[in-house]
Amino acid sequence: MPIHEKHLIREENLLTHDKLVIEGVDVSGHWSTFIQTRVVSDYNEKMEDEIAALPGGEHINRCWQCGSCTNSCTVNAINPDFNPRYWIYLIRTGMESELLRDKDIIWQCVSCNKCTYACPRDVFPEGVMKATSHWLTLKGHTPKSPLQIFDEEFAGQVFAKGKIEESRLIRRFFARTGQPVVQDWLLSMVKRMIKYLPVKMLIGLGLQTLFHPRARGWARARAAINEYVHEKEAAHRKALGLPADAPEAPDAQQPQPHLDRKALIAALKN
Amino acid sequence: MTAKKYQKVAYYPGCALEGTGHSYNRSTKALGAALGLEIDEVKNWNCCGAMEVKNIDPKLQTYLSSRVMAIAAQEMGYDAVMAPCNGCYHNLKKAEYDLANDEESRQVVDSLSKKAGHGTYKAGEVETIHALDWLKESIGEDGIRERVRNSLKGLKIANYYGCMYTRPRHIFPEKDKGPGSESTSQPHFMDDLLAAAGAEIVDYPLKTACCGGAHSLSDSDISTKLVLNLLRAAEACGADVIATECPTCHSGLEMHQVRAEKRFGIKTTPVILYFTQLLGLALGLNPRDLGVHENISDSLPLLRERGLAV
Ligand code: SF4
Ligand code: SF4
Repeated sequence: MPIHEKHLIREENLLTHDKLVIEGVDVSGHWSTFIQTRVVSDYNEKMEDEIAALPGGEHINRCWQCGSCTNSCTVNAINPDFNPRYWIYLIRTGMESELLRDKDIIWQCVSCNKCTYACPRDVFPEGVMKATSHWLTLKGHTPKSPLQIFDEEFAGQVFAKGKIEESRLIRRFFARTGQPVVQDWLLSMVKRMIKYLPVKMLIGLGLQTLFHPRARGWARARAAINEYVHEKEAAHRKALGLPADAPEAPDAQQPQPHLDRKALIAALKN
Repeated sequence: MTAKKYQKVAYYPGCALEGTGHSYNRSTKALGAALGLEIDEVKNWNCCGAMEVKNIDPKLQTYLSSRVMAIAAQEMGYDAVMAPCNGCYHNLKKAEYDLANDEESRQVVDSLSKKAGHGTYKAGEVETIHALDWLKESIGEDGIRERVRNSLKGLKIANYYGCMYTRPRHIFPEKDKGPGSESTSQPHFMDDLLAAAGAEIVDYPLKTACCGGAHSLSDSDISTKLVLNLLRAAEACGADVIATECPTCHSGLEMHQVRAEKRFGIKTTPVILYFTQLLGLALGLNPRDLGVHENISDSLPLLRERGLAV
C-alpha cells in the first residue's frame, strides 16, 4: 500500500545530489532528489498478533487506513511525527524497525478518544496506542514510560485499598521518575492555595498524613484482583513469547533540577 | 404537571472530589441542599478505576465501576447514580456498555464480584448520570430562572466539557437523540443552565478539546500546551470565566495556567470556576459555602467587581 503523505518520508531517506549524471544524461537540478532505495528484510510478522493480544489492541486488524484517527488526533496537532494511522500500518505490515524509530513518543497519547470517535471501523485506535506502548516495554525496546509508571502507582493503590490518595500518588510518581517534589510551579500553586486558607491548608496537610482513604472490607476484592492481574500478566508474556521470569523494564527518568534552599525561599517570597 | 426526574439519586463523588476537587464536592452538595434535591452518597464506594486502571486492564476497570453501581442499585435501591466527575461518569457508562454487550466482561465481573463477596451488577439495574443531567432534568432552566437571586448578567462564560463527557460516542446511547438530548459534538447542557442563571455564554470553539489531563504530571509540557490553547481561545472569545464540570479538567486548567506563567512566562486572564459554583452564586449562596476560596484560580476579585461576592 503506498504512503501518500509526503511528510512521512523521513529526511534521512531523501537523497539530494548537487550534480547527478545518469547514463550519460545530466539530471542535476529538478530531477536530482530521490527516495533512498531500501530493502526491508526484517519483517516481524508476529507483531500484529502480539499487539492484538494486549488490552486495547484487539481490533487493530479492522483498520482500512482512512487516516481519520491521525487527522483528528490531539497530539498529532502538536507533533506531526505522532501518527496513529501510520503506526497501525507499520504494525500490520510487520515493519518493526520503522516502528521503533518512533518508540519514544507512542506513549504520549493523551487518551482524548478523538480517534475512537472518528474511526469508521471501530478499531479503537486509542487502545491500540496503549497496547503498542505496552508491547514496546514488554519487549524491552523502551523503559517504562512516565505514563506507565503513573498508571502502576495509581492502580497499585486502587488494588490495595480500593481508593487513591493523591498526595501519596504524586510523591511516589516523582520519586520513581527521579523528579524533585519541590518544583517552582508547584510552589506557586501552593502559594495561591494558601492565599485564603492558611489554617485549613495546614490542617489538610496534617490530616493527609494521618488519614488514608480506603474502602472497608476490601481484603477479598484485593485478593481477587491480584489473582486476576497475575493471570493476565502471565498470559501477556506468553502471547509475546517471553519467559515467565522475564525481567521488568526500568523506569524512565525525567531529571529536573532540585530547587536549593535559597531558590526555595525566593520562590515562596515573590 | 409531570413529576420531575432525579429528585432523589445516589451520589458517587469519586476519589478526585475527596482530594483536589473538594470544592466541586462542596458546591454540588450545597446546590442539592439549596434546591431540595436529595443526594445520598454511595456507601463504602471504591475508585471507578479511572483511566489508569483501564490502561492496565479495561476489564478490571469495568469490575471496579460495576461494584459502585451494584451498591447503588442492590444495597441502596436507587435507580440513578449521579457522578459529577467526567472520569467516574465515563467509566460507569463504559462499564454499563461493556456489561450489556460483551460476554467476557460479564464473566470477569461475575467471577470477581463473587470472590470479593458482593452482588454482581447486571446492565440496566441503575442509570448513570452526570451532575449536568441531574440539574437539567430535576430543576431545568425554568427552575433555575425562578430561583435566581444574583443574576450572572454580564459575566462572559466559556463552557468547557472536555473529552470524557462525550467520547467515545457508543457509551452514551442517550446522547445525539435530537431536541432536548445532549450532543456529543456540541454539548450544551452547561450552556443552557448557566444561560438560565443570566450569564452571557460565548461561542467557545474548544468545548470538547483535550486538556491533556492524562499527562498532567507524566508529560507536563504537552498538558501545558493543550491548556494554553484552551485559555487563549477563551480569551479570544472575550470570556471572563471558563466553567468546568470535571475535577481533572478543572485542576489541569488551574495547574497549567500557573505552570505556563511560571515556566514559559505566558500569562492568561480567564478565571476557572466549577459550573456548580457559578449556579450556586446565582442562587445567592455564599462563595465560601461553594468552596470558591479553595480554588487555585483566584476568581474573587472578578466576582467582587461583578457584585457576586463580598
Ligand atoms: S486518543 Fe491518543 S491517538 Fe487518539 S486522538 Fe487522542 S491523542 Fe491521538
Ligand atoms: S480512523 Fe480507524 S480505520 Fe481509519 S486509519 Fe485510523 S484506525 Fe484505521
